[in-house]
Amino acid sequence: MTAETVVAARGISKTFGKGGVTALQDIDMEVGRGEFISLIGPSGCGKSTLLRLIGDLVEPSSGEILVNGKTAHRARLDRDYGIVFQAAVLYDWRTVAKNIALPLELTGWSRAKRAERVAEMLKLVELEGFEKHYPWQLSGGMQQRVSIARALSFSPDLLLMDEPFGALDEMTRERLNAELLRIWAETGSTVIFVTHSISEAVYLSTRVVVMSPRPGRITSVIPIDLPQPRTFETREEPRFFELVTEVREALHASGELVGADE
Amino acid sequence: MRSRIGSAAGRVAVLGLVLVGLWALWEGYRKLWESTGWTRPFPVNSTTMPHLHDIVGALFDPLREGEPLLARYLFDAALFTAKEAAVGFAIGATIGFLLGALIARFGVLQRGVMPYVVASQTIPILALAPIVVVGLGSVSVAGWTPKDWMRVSVIAAYLTFFPVTVNTVRGLRSADPAAVELMESYAARDWSIFWKLRVPAAMPYLFSAFKVAATASVVGAVIGELPSSIQDGLGGWIINFNQYYALEPENLWAVNLVAALLGISFFLLVVLVEKLVVHRPPEQLV
Amino acid sequence: MTSLAEPYVERRTRKRVRKWGPALVVFGIGIAAWQWLLPALGIERYLLPPLSDVLQAFWDNRSELLSGGWITFKEAVGGFLLGCGTAFLLALVLARWRPLGNALMPYMIAANAVPIVAFAPITNAWFGTLSPWSKVVIAAVLCFFPVLVNTLRGLTSVRPESLELMRSYAAPQRTVFARVRIPNSLPFVFTALKIASVLAMIGAVVGDYFGGSTEALGVQIVSAVSLAQYETAWAAILVASMLGIAFYASVALAERLVLSWHPSVRAGVE
Repeated sequence: MTAETVVAARGISKTFGKGGVTALQDIDMEVGRGEFISLIGPSGCGKSTLLRLIGDLVEPSSGEILVNGKTAHRARLDRDYGIVFQAAVLYDWRTVAKNIALPLELTGWSRAKRAERVAEMLKLVELEGFEKHYPWQLSGGMQQRVSIARALSFSPDLLLMDEPFGALDEMTRERLNAELLRIWAETGSTVIFVTHSISEAVYLSTRVVVMSPRPGRITSVIPIDLPQPRTFETREEPRFFELVTEVREALHASGELVGADE
Repeated sequence: MRSRIGSAAGRVAVLGLVLVGLWALWEGYRKLWESTGWTRPFPVNSTTMPHLHDIVGALFDPLREGEPLLARYLFDAALFTAKEAAVGFAIGATIGFLLGALIARFGVLQRGVMPYVVASQTIPILALAPIVVVGLGSVSVAGWTPKDWMRVSVIAAYLTFFPVTVNTVRGLRSADPAAVELMESYAARDWSIFWKLRVPAAMPYLFSAFKVAATASVVGAVIGELPSSIQDGLGGWIINFNQYYALEPENLWAVNLVAALLGISFFLLVVLVEKLVVHRPPEQLV
Repeated sequence: MTSLAEPYVERRTRKRVRKWGPALVVFGIGIAAWQWLLPALGIERYLLPPLSDVLQAFWDNRSELLSGGWITFKEAVGGFLLGCGTAFLLALVLARWRPLGNALMPYMIAANAVPIVAFAPITNAWFGTLSPWSKVVIAAVLCFFPVLVNTLRGLTSVRPESLELMRSYAAPQRTVFARVRIPNSLPFVFTALKIASVLAMIGAVVGDYFGGSTEALGVQIVSAVSLAQYETAWAAILVASMLGIAFYASVALAERLVLSWHPSVRAGVE
C-alpha cells in the first residue's frame, strides 16, 4: 500500500445478526488518490454496506479497512471523509447556508471562516443566491447539491456517495453527473460512488467495481479509459457503449455464476 | 415461538420491576422525609402518605363489622361509573363519526361547523358538569326524565365526540389520492369507496381518538357524579371518604387506586380492540 | 371559479366571504337560538339561561369573576410550567437512555389514562384546601404525561440517515441532541403544549370543585349552582372559557414564532 492509497480493504466480510444474513464476503479492494470508483451490483449485493464499512458506520465481521493509512474508526474521528445519502437529509429548521455550515460548526470554525467557506461551496455547486432558502423550497436536485456542498465543506480527501441521484429524474441526473465531475476535478478528491445505473457508473468513473448478488463479492473491476474531461458528447461515443456493454455483461456473469453454483 | 414466550416473560418482568420501583420510590420518599422532618412540599406522615400496604389492605377490610369488604363496594361502584362512561363513549363516538363523515364529505360543513366543533372543546365541560347533571334532571321529554347516570353519560359523550370528529375528518381524508383514483377506475360507487377505502384508512386515526376518548369518558363520569350526589359511583365514594380523610386516609387512596385502574382498563380495552382490528407496525423508538 | 378579470380587492373579498361566511351564519343562528328559541321551547333556565341574562350576571359580578379568573389562571399557568418543564427534562433523559425509554413508554401512555382529577382531595390534604398549590399540582400532573409522551416521540423520530450523518462527523451525543433531536422534536412538543394549556385550565377549575379559596373561579361556579344562580354560574364558565382560549392562543402564537420554518406553519394549515 502506497501513500497514494486512500482506501484499502482486505478480507472484509459482514454478517448481520447471529447466524443471519451474510451481506459481504472476502472483499479486497484498493482505491488510489484522485480516483472515481463506482460500486455497482444488483439490489442486496452489499454495496451500501461496503460504503458504510469504509465510513465506520458499520463494523466488519472480519477483515480490516484502512483509510488514509489509519483504521476506519480513526479516519471517522479525524473526519477524513464526507458522505452523501440518497435522501438529502437536510435539516428543515436550518437555511441552506446553515445546513452547509453544519460540519464546520461542529469542528469549531469561526463565524467568519464559515461564511467564507459556505460562499465558496455555494459557488461550487452553482447555488449562489440561495443562502437564506429553506430545504423545502428547493427541488430534489437542488437539495442534493446542497447535500454535496455540505459533504465537501470541510474539504475531506474522500467523498462517499450512496446512490445520491437515485431519486431524481434522468435529465436532472445527467446534469448533476456532469456537475459532480466538474466538482471532482476542481477539488481533487477521491470518490467512492454507489449506483444502480450502468450508464452513470461508466460516465463518472475511472474504475467500475462489479459486485455479485448476496453474499456480495467483487466479481470484476473494469477500468474506464474514456478521456477526461467528460462531456455530454462522451455519452454518445462508441467507446462509451462498448464499456456499458462490458459492465452489463460482467453483471450478468456475476449473477449467472451464483445461479450455476446452486 | 420461543422468542414470543421470551418477550412476554420479558414484559411481565418489566411490569414487576416497575411496580417494585414505584413501591421503592414511595416508601423511600416516606422514610427520607420522615427521618429528616422536612415539611416541603408537604409534611409526610401516615395521613398524607399512608403506607402502600395499608392502602391495599384497606381494600380488603370491611367498612363496618360483619359487612362485605371495601373492595366489593368499590368494585360495584366502578362498574356503575364504567357504565356511565361506556354509554357516553358509545354515544359520543357514534355522533362524532357521523358528524365527521358528513364534514369530510361536504366541504361547506367544514367551513361552517368545524370552527364550532373546535370551540366547543374550549368550553370546559368538566366545569359545566354541575350544571349539566343537575339541570338535566329537570328536563323531561314526553314525560320521561333521564336517570342520574344517563345525565353523567352526557358529559362523557361530550368529551368523546370532539376527538372522534376531528380524527374522523382527518382519517377519511387521509386516503391516498392515487388509491381513490384506482377505485374510481373500477367504477366503484361512492358508498364502496367510503367503506372499502376511506374507512379502513381512517382506522389508525379513529383509534387514536378512541384512546383519548376512553380516558376522557372515565374522567367525565367521575367528575359528573360529584355534584349530583349520586351515591352509586366512584365519585360518591370520593366525596364520602374525603369527609373522613383525617380519620381513615387509606380509604380515599384506595378509591383513587380503583379509579386509576378503571381508567387504565378502559384504555387497555381500546388498545386490545385496536390490535385485533387494525394491523399496524408496533411503535419503535429510534 | 374566480375570474382573473375581477379586480383584486373584489376577488379577495369573495374569497373571505366564502371562507368565513358559513361559520358566521351558524354563529348568528346559534346566538338567535340561544336568545329566543330555547326559552320558547320551554328549556328551563336551569339548563341555559338566555344570553342576555348571563351577560347581565357577568356585569353585576364582574369584579369577583375577573379576580377569581385571575387566581385560577395563575394556578393553571403554574401547573403548566411545572408539569411541562419536568416532562421535557424527563423526556430528554429517556431519549438518551433508550432501553429505559422503550421499557417505560407503555406505562407512561397508560398513566395518561388515570383520572388525575380524582386526586384533588388528596392534594387538598397535602397543601391545605385554600392553598393554590393543591390545584397547581393537579394541573401539573395533567400536563405531565401528554408532554412527556409527545416529546419523547419527537426526540426519537429522527431518520436513521440523519444519525448516520452525525456519526460521520464523530459528533458526541450532546451535540446530536442539541442539533438534531431537540429541533426535530419541537413540532411534537408544541402540539403537546397546546393540549396541556387546555388541560391545565380545566385542572385548575375542576380542582376547585373539591374545595378551594372562595375567590377562585371553580368555587364560584359550584356555589352559584348550589344557590340556583345559574346565570352567574354560566357567566363564570364563560370567563373560564375565555381564559382557556387565551391561554391556548398564546401557546399557538409562540408556536408560530418558534416554528416559522415548519412547512405546516408556512402553509397556514391548522
